[in-house]
Amino acid sequence: MYAYDELDRTLISERVSEFRDQVKRRLSGELTEDEFKILRLQNGVYLQLHAYMFRVAIPYGTLSSKQLRALAHVARRYDRGYGHFTTRQNIQFNWIKLAELPDALADLAEVGIHAMQTSGNNMRNVTSDQWAGVAPGEIEDPRIWSELLRQHTTLHPEFSFLPRKFKIAITASEHDRAAIKIHDIGLRLHKNADGETGFEVLVGGGLGRTPFIAKTIKPFVHGRDILSYVEAILRVYNQYGRRDNIYKARIKILVHELGIEKFAREVEEEWKQMGDVGLTLDHAAIEEVRSRFSYPAYEKLPHMPDELKQAAHDPVFERWRKNSVFPHKVQGYSIVTLSLKPVGGPPGDATAEQMDAIADLADRYSFGEIRVGHEQNLALPHVAKRDLPALFKALDRVGLATPNVNLVTDIIACPGLDYCSLANARSIPIAQELTRRFANHDTAGLIGRLHINISGCINACGHHHVGHIGILGVEKNGEEFYQITIGGRADENAQMGTLIGPAVPYAEVADVIEDIVEAYLALRDRPEELFVDTVKRLGVEPFRERVYATR
Amino acid sequence: MPLVKNGRITTDLFVGVADGAELPGDGAIMVTAERFLADPEALLRRAGKVGVIWPNNRDLDDLVPYLDRLAAVALVFPTFRDGRAYSQARLLRERHGYDGELRATGQVLRDQFVFMSRAGFDAFEVRKEADADAFAATMKRYTVFYQPTGDGRVTALNRRMLQRHSESAGQ
Amino acid sequence: MTSPLEQKKIRITGPSVVTANRTWDGAVVYRTGQRGWSTELVDAAIVSTSDDARALLAESAADDVGAVGAYIAPVEIKDGGSIKPGNLREHIRAKGVTIDLRVPA
Repeated sequence: MYAYDELDRTLISERVSEFRDQVKRRLSGELTEDEFKILRLQNGVYLQLHAYMFRVAIPYGTLSSKQLRALAHVARRYDRGYGHFTTRQNIQFNWIKLAELPDALADLAEVGIHAMQTSGNNMRNVTSDQWAGVAPGEIEDPRIWSELLRQHTTLHPEFSFLPRKFKIAITASEHDRAAIKIHDIGLRLHKNADGETGFEVLVGGGLGRTPFIAKTIKPFVHGRDILSYVEAILRVYNQYGRRDNIYKARIKILVHELGIEKFAREVEEEWKQMGDVGLTLDHAAIEEVRSRFSYPAYEKLPHMPDELKQAAHDPVFERWRKNSVFPHKVQGYSIVTLSLKPVGGPPGDATAEQMDAIADLADRYSFGEIRVGHEQNLALPHVAKRDLPALFKALDRVGLATPNVNLVTDIIACPGLDYCSLANARSIPIAQELTRRFANHDTAGLIGRLHINISGCINACGHHHVGHIGILGVEKNGEEFYQITIGGRADENAQMGTLIGPAVPYAEVADVIEDIVEAYLALRDRPEELFVDTVKRLGVEPFRERVYATR
Repeated sequence: MPLVKNGRITTDLFVGVADGAELPGDGAIMVTAERFLADPEALLRRAGKVGVIWPNNRDLDDLVPYLDRLAAVALVFPTFRDGRAYSQARLLRERHGYDGELRATGQVLRDQFVFMSRAGFDAFEVRKEADADAFAATMKRYTVFYQPTGDGRVTALNRRMLQRHSESAGQ
Repeated sequence: MTSPLEQKKIRITGPSVVTANRTWDGAVVYRTGQRGWSTELVDAAIVSTSDDARALLAESAADDVGAVGAYIAPVEIKDGGSIKPGNLREHIRAKGVTIDLRVPA
């Protein structure tokens, strides 16, 4: 965990008091909505269909139990008793009153949580691997660098009014769980031949109406230079990014229009001219931030404790363990994913009661720590294996032990037309119906790893382009229709899915997905061949045939 | 439109001269980049200070040769949402060493004062009277700053390291 | 269900109302015939010509302190005279989400 000190706490409370003043001026009419809109967005406040929506940052996906309880408190006191975890390590509350927002922010500030730059045309919450610091084989904890970048990007005087939003993600593992290739800047931590820590820097990834996979702009930037290098990228973007058309304003369009080589030269030139502007991170500066991350005092525990051997006779426990429990870098410990995708539930939602229960379980079994992943699930990062059976029972009691992690019902979905003023079509009811169709966990297990992503409009908050199966809601003559793509992926081999054919109406989506899955089961050459690999091997044609032959 | 300079509302000594309009014989003038670049030497020779209004989409290279003879540079915020002038301001101050008046003009509102000041602006043509009146109070809103800019404020990281250093020195 | 943010030309083809979100709490509101806002669709002023819609929208939008993002939305007038939202988006705004929420009782 990163412990905020007096300076971080002061800054957050100064931000709360500034926002309180801004809200006061808005409600008195001193600020027009046009002026206020940007100010509220910079603090995570959107206006949705029914009410204001409030997005709170969970930097690099790490939460303490105390912080999670504060989120539960906000859900209960200021909202309708639940929150929605997003694909970028944020949580959203859907029914917040503007007049009460400053109080909600003040309550969160007490535990070091804020909503700075969770929206608006500025640098958004810096995200990372939800297994940071505990994943086996990780080069080093990427959160040290995430925190350095979090501080650097917070209330940045030069880059708070960029052409468009700007998202940075960091990974330090071979397997990319942070989806860095669909970010404006993706940073892959690695070591050079001299054993020094640095980053492969990728730019220009993003989804939305013009999706791009990020390209490498520099294979190795030394850790000490990462802030100045990011600053150089931002400066080029701030000056040359398009401001004439909101749909062409993201950095991916600038990179695309200039070409990666020319863009890289611009950045390189700016970076060289920058000289020493106080951004170089010496050893002491990095250690200063590192020193404020605390790690659990792990015990020396057996690889296979008796508790686990006994519980292995319980098939329900075993199914959950095989699905939701992952290896930890320390022997005797596990990472446990908590599925927020119960059958029939809205993906990523958690009630205040669940949040409180998770906080209690984190205190008892995970050194008080919780993680939030971009798949809209939570994780307990340090669970002793001997505690797994007890944890399973406790999770099951509060509906958090659905054994569907990475399976067909582990659906990523945006809020869609049920909440969002930009949406063309609903997302959540589609997800709910799909989880009912595939409710049998044994069947889902047989199908294997399969990611379904649903977006209610072209802005792609549900990352439909990179779903193994992507579902995009569109509007045709006032009716909801859905375009289906297959073969996308968001990991280190990120790529966009391919459209299989004409859009289908709301009522037929679940049937179509069932057809696609059945086609896959018939077409895969062995049970271990994953859905995406079958699509890669055979292309979309056999799937298209199956879906449209009878429609 | 009130002008805030050195933290106080003050009289604007610069007279804006439109393109094509006749120049006053003396006194400080503010001209557009186009007018200035048409004949910079003539303008700089004349008695009276010269300030230039520089658009936010024009490269600074054309302006840099004259910086040490200019009394003011005004950078433009066509709307407060357009942040290009923040980069220009930092480049003028931190890279090109400009130390004359750096003025923010356009849609200059209260909630941008701190950002502008940190980027190097020291004069503000403020849209609303109430915002100008609130300038001093607004500038006191923040006491903690994460990034180094040319404004000389000590960053949070440096404060921590100084504190750590003094703690270990005291042991 | 084109976003009203993209609503540029005002041309209505049937009975319509002006709707927005109330500034202090974000609640869905409808412009009334008395230059005020109501959370009940039944209180909304109904317009049936493009000129009237334009006038009602201009009058509504002038109240920037009271409500945010005013736009014209279609309604259906049923045989008995009752008013219903004219599309799915407006139905959701008026009646709430279409999903079963896991909200504790």
